[in-house]
Amino acid sequence: MSKRIDINDLNIYYGSFHAVKDVSMVIEPKSVTAFIGPSGCGKSTFLRTLNRMHEVVPGGRVEGDVLMDGRNLYSRDVDPVDVRREVGMVFQRPNPFPTMSIKENVLAGLRLNSKRMSSSTADELCERALRGANLWSEVKDRLDRPGSGLSGGQQQRLCIARAIAVQPEVILMDEPCSALDPISTLAVEDLIHELKSDYTVVIVTHNMQQAARVSDRTGFFNLEATGKPGHLVEMDDTQRIFNNPGKKATEDYISGRFG
Amino acid sequence: MPTLHRLDTQEGLDHRIDHVRGVVPAPVRPAPRRLGAVLGAVAVATVLLLWLGLDLHLGLAVTGAFLLYLALTYVGFRVAAGARVATDRLMRGLLYGAFVVALLPLCSLLWTVVTLGGARVVNPDFLLQTMNGVTGLHDQATQQQGQLFIGGAYHAIVGTLLITGAATLISVPVGLLTAIYLVEYAGRSRLAHVIRFFVDVMTGIPSIVAGLFAFALWAVVFGIGTKDGMAGAVALSVLMIPTVVRNSEEMLRIVPNELREASLALGVPKWRTIVRVVLPTAASGLASGVTLAIARVIGETAPLLVAVGYARALNTNLLEGPMNTLAVYAYYMFTKPLSPAYRDPSIERAWAAALLLVLVVVALNLSARLIARFFAPTKR
Ligand SMILES: Nc1ncnc2c1ncn2[C@@H]1O[C@H](COP(=O)(O)OP(=O)(O)O)[C@@H](O)[C@H]1O
Ligand SMILES: [Mg+2]
Repeated sequence: MSKRIDINDLNIYYGSFHAVKDVSMVIEPKSVTAFIGPSGCGKSTFLRTLNRMHEVVPGGRVEGDVLMDGRNLYSRDVDPVDVRREVGMVFQRPNPFPTMSIKENVLAGLRLNSKRMSSSTADELCERALRGANLWSEVKDRLDRPGSGLSGGQQQRLCIARAIAVQPEVILMDEPCSALDPISTLAVEDLIHELKSDYTVVIVTHNMQQAARVSDRTGFFNLEATGKPGHLVEMDDTQRIFNNPGKKATEDYISGRFG
Repeated sequence: MPTLHRLDTQEGLDHRIDHVRGVVPAPVRPAPRRLGAVLGAVAVATVLLLWLGLDLHLGLAVTGAFLLYLALTYVGFRVAAGARVATDRLMRGLLYGAFVVALLPLCSLLWTVVTLGGARVVNPDFLLQTMNGVTGLHDQATQQQGQLFIGGAYHAIVGTLLITGAATLISVPVGLLTAIYLVEYAGRSRLAHVIRFFVDVMTGIPSIVAGLFAFALWAVVFGIGTKDGMAGAVALSVLMIPTVVRNSEEMLRIVPNELREASLALGVPKWRTIVRVVLPTAASGLASGVTLAIARVIGETAPLLVAVGYARALNTNLLEGPMNTLAVYAYYMFTKPLSPAYRDPSIERAWAAALLLVLVVVALNLSARLIARFFAPTKR
């Protein structure tokens, strides 16, 4: 359950605003890919094109190809709903559904798509997803309580459980730890490590140590000036990016000599 | 006030800004605790003196005492604790005064309807009888010879419930779907602007115009002068729809976008996201908005008078013939008593109907709160 993603000359727009330009890269299966870069350079925007969430924004559109195992996600006969079932997403702020219990939250992706489910299957899927998100032992006694009663870090892992319950190929995470305390961050980072044995994981982070800790490959995004589109400066093995980057801009950013 | 000054330096903090040349900070002095109580006592004493002593009207006495209280408060606290505290006290006094003034009409209204209509309403006969066959002679007998009071508002209660219910059934789907379109689908499109504009225009339509609209519509479709419950329901929904649209739009807008995105990112189609995530999250607000919209139209008189007419007997068929409703019932009993010479029983019926209407509105408001609490997303 994991797929390789090829991105060719992707240009991303918000209406007439050109947000990201000419990105080409390869995202390897069963690995963790991290995107770093100054804020506003289009990391989130780019990430959201990988499961076609970008077009949810009014005026959002894309030029170029995103190929998942050779299939173009943006070709005409592909339904965005279908793409999103294959490419899950975890957001910056934990966003469990407030009207649902922990268990309902985990099963939301299945229930909301009204797949018929026997209650034993539901229990099993729920447990598997929660174990997969390292949350089972903490919530197994209160599956029927609301998800909003959990701590921030637990809520974020609940959102990860919700994402993996629909058994996607790829999981996208947009700064998943930026709203969390250090302990919860560690829990989520451990989880990311484990996830890569089953999934292709793509994570945006503003924390370079985090990128260095969790990722196999790292892409550095930058923008020349405000109002100009962001672009991919370089992408390489995380080791190389942090120890021996190919571009001056990357080195400046990583050593904190940015701007 | 040397003593007060000493208190300052003893209890107040020595701020660094106090030592900057050219800066004179406003003094911070503790407000004396007792002063408020003393002034309150003075105010009460003044009321008693003016009312009982000088035999002034109670309202005049209270107003005079209140003004005196404000003046004394300001002066007293200014001397004792400085301008800031004095202004604070003065404003507090004015706010409490405004609160009481705002509450007075409500209390007076409740008191009037309860005292004048209460006796009839607690009597089950009034709630279970119609006006069918009741004439001025009965009222004359009741008023003159103390005969049994007959004639109630059963048909009006039933009519109110049926017509308002039908209006709700029309308005909620139309209003809610419009709101869903505006919030979830329209974005900033031109059509959305146009719809919002016309909804705003509709909000301002006088209720009699809504009644005439229904009357005219029925005249065209079913023949001039056709009056039935459904026409009333249509008139009421003209008044209700804009309220429902506006309330629902507001409620849907405050559902965080993150929840929609979370659902979409799970591969849930948009319409299902709306039905299963957005609407349940907004349910409490939507339900209480609808309830309040009902409460607003349930007391309408003019449009129902025009579109539904007036019936003395029970009519439960919305599609045929005039019906009665509480507001129209009260209006008729008051303006056209059964027996012009012996008005008391009719007036009593009017007050009782008014009380019933108030009770229904209060019940609707309470249930709006209950509904809101029931549907609200639980925190723990
Ligand atoms: N919904 C939106 N509508 C219009 N412009 C947007 C929207 N979201 C982001 N942008 C713009 O796109 C650019 C990239 O933003 P973003 O992807 O959020 O950056 P990052 O995640 O790297 O901080 C910014 O200039 C931002 O102002
Ligand atoms: Mg971002």
